[in-house]
Amino acid sequence: MKVPGHLLAGALFALLLCAPLALDRYWVDVLNSIGLYAILGLSLNIILGYAGMFHMGHAAFYAIGAYTTAILNTSYGVPVLWTLPLSGLAAALFALAVARPIIHLRGDYLLIVTIGMVEIVRIALINDVFGITGGANGIFGIDRPQLFGFKIRQPQHFFYLIWLFAGLTILLFSLLENSRFGRALNYLREDEVAAEGSGINTAAYKLAAFVLGAGWAGMAGTIFAAKMTIISPESFSFWESVVLFMIVILGGAGNIAGVILGAFLVVGLPEIFRDFASARMLFYGLAMMFMMIYRTQGILPPRPRVYRLDRAGGAQ
Amino acid sequence: MSLLALDRITKRFGGLTAVNRVSFAVEEGQVVGLIGPNGAGKTTVFNLITGNYRPDEGTVQFQGQAIGGLAPHRIVSLGIARTFQTIRLFQNLSVVENVLAGCHCRMRTGIFGSLFHTPGQRREERQVLAQARDELAFVGLGDSGGQLAKNLSYGNQRLLEIARALATRPKLLILDEPAGGMNDQETQELIGLIGRMRARGLTILLIEHDMKLVMKACDQLVVIEYGSKIAAGTPEEIQHNPRVIEAYLGADSDDDED
Repeated sequence: MKVPGHLLAGALFALLLCAPLALDRYWVDVLNSIGLYAILGLSLNIILGYAGMFHMGHAAFYAIGAYTTAILNTSYGVPVLWTLPLSGLAAALFALAVARPIIHLRGDYLLIVTIGMVEIVRIALINDVFGITGGANGIFGIDRPQLFGFKIRQPQHFFYLIWLFAGLTILLFSLLENSRFGRALNYLREDEVAAEGSGINTAAYKLAAFVLGAGWAGMAGTIFAAKMTIISPESFSFWESVVLFMIVILGGAGNIAGVILGAFLVVGLPEIFRDFASARMLFYGLAMMFMMIYRTQGILPPRPRVYRLDRAGGAQ
Repeated sequence: MSLLALDRITKRFGGLTAVNRVSFAVEEGQVVGLIGPNGAGKTTVFNLITGNYRPDEGTVQFQGQAIGGLAPHRIVSLGIARTFQTIRLFQNLSVVENVLAGCHCRMRTGIFGSLFHTPGQRREERQVLAQARDELAFVGLGDSGGQLAKNLSYGNQRLLEIARALATRPKLLILDEPAGGMNDQETQELIGLIGRMRARGLTILLIEHDMKLVMKACDQLVVIEYGSKIAAGTPEEIQHNPRVIEAYLGADSDDDED
């Protein structure tokens, strides 16, 4: 008997939510990192997976979100969780401004421009632009988030904040995937000329993918800032963007389950292999090479959507 | 007023004039064939109509509105749909999803509706699925909805492109070598399909090298050679036009790249 996908996903998620009962603080914290990277990976998946745009500067949007929270909280006393939508908005607006002139670029060219973008953001943060980012030291003293008077401070508390947000992300993005919007992104990934020729405003959808993905990464930035209480430019290096890119490509670009698996592998495995110290990076590199040679579509490639035509009913 | 009117359109690529002051009109309800030797500029004319190229000179009018230089997706939503000479399906997506791509421009669900699956979104999805099913049945692919586009035979891929174009609810359908790669039987079925599309009230403009199909299916023919129109008229007139005979059979006609 075949188990329906969403039942399996729900059961796994419920099991995951029980994990803090059995794990110590360290491993709960590892799961928190995985959750945060899963959210970021899912937001990048909209751009890289669904729409097929090679974007390797996602840490820039993440940084904008984290800094928005840090600045609003430390300088203006805005409660951390209130900044969540504002961080999303700030990152989305930034994406709108920077993506507008570059989205017509194809594959490799876009990749290089986005690498430039994330470096510019990092260097701007180090150089304390507008005197508000705290330079290389970053910003510290960010408040713990409060939810209905409850202060979230323990890793276990953050676990539920992060994974409930991840769960919401999974739910909304899987709905998005099976909609006019999600399909449009797939069309432009498959063949941009054919998509445009079928009546899809490809430029607008590329931009929308960037804005939505960036906004979500910005909100993940808020959670990161709240979890760390201190942020600095080093948290948003080019390497972070590479890791996110890897999570999506390795796990399965365009597949939510694949991206989450990617987050577990890319963030979780190095923790498990901690004893091997630097040899783990060798393992890492080899694993990536094998993947790209033998399974270019990722571990869990997207499955085609299923439509029940017999249930479609009459046309209007 | 003609449904589509081209007035002295010209397109140059560097020093090459691919289309040179070509004018013709397509009346509503007609099937018009655009023919000519390889490399004559037929596909370039199509690309000028569909917005893939912007004409250097001249105008393209659709229902009295100037459309030269509009983005291709805008032209589709005005009512001109096309198929491609080299098949351009979404190969890794299912047959149904390919047709749903055509439905896209007549749908209204935005990003909010897509994220939250609002009741309006679900109603619209049901409607377009029914439409996609009907278009697939119309072109004769009623049983293939769940397959991946790349797994269809060549002839069926051409039919799927037509179904995708029909799903945009066009007034004018532009077919670029629809019988290319089809066998005789498939071509016969295509002629039947063109007749059924015309019965639906569609106007059709097509490029085709298969003269049997052209002579059978078209009311009017426009002949171009080296980017210029050399003749226009009914298939009978064209068959006996000495200029056309020369263009097709004349002394050492080199086959250029199309």
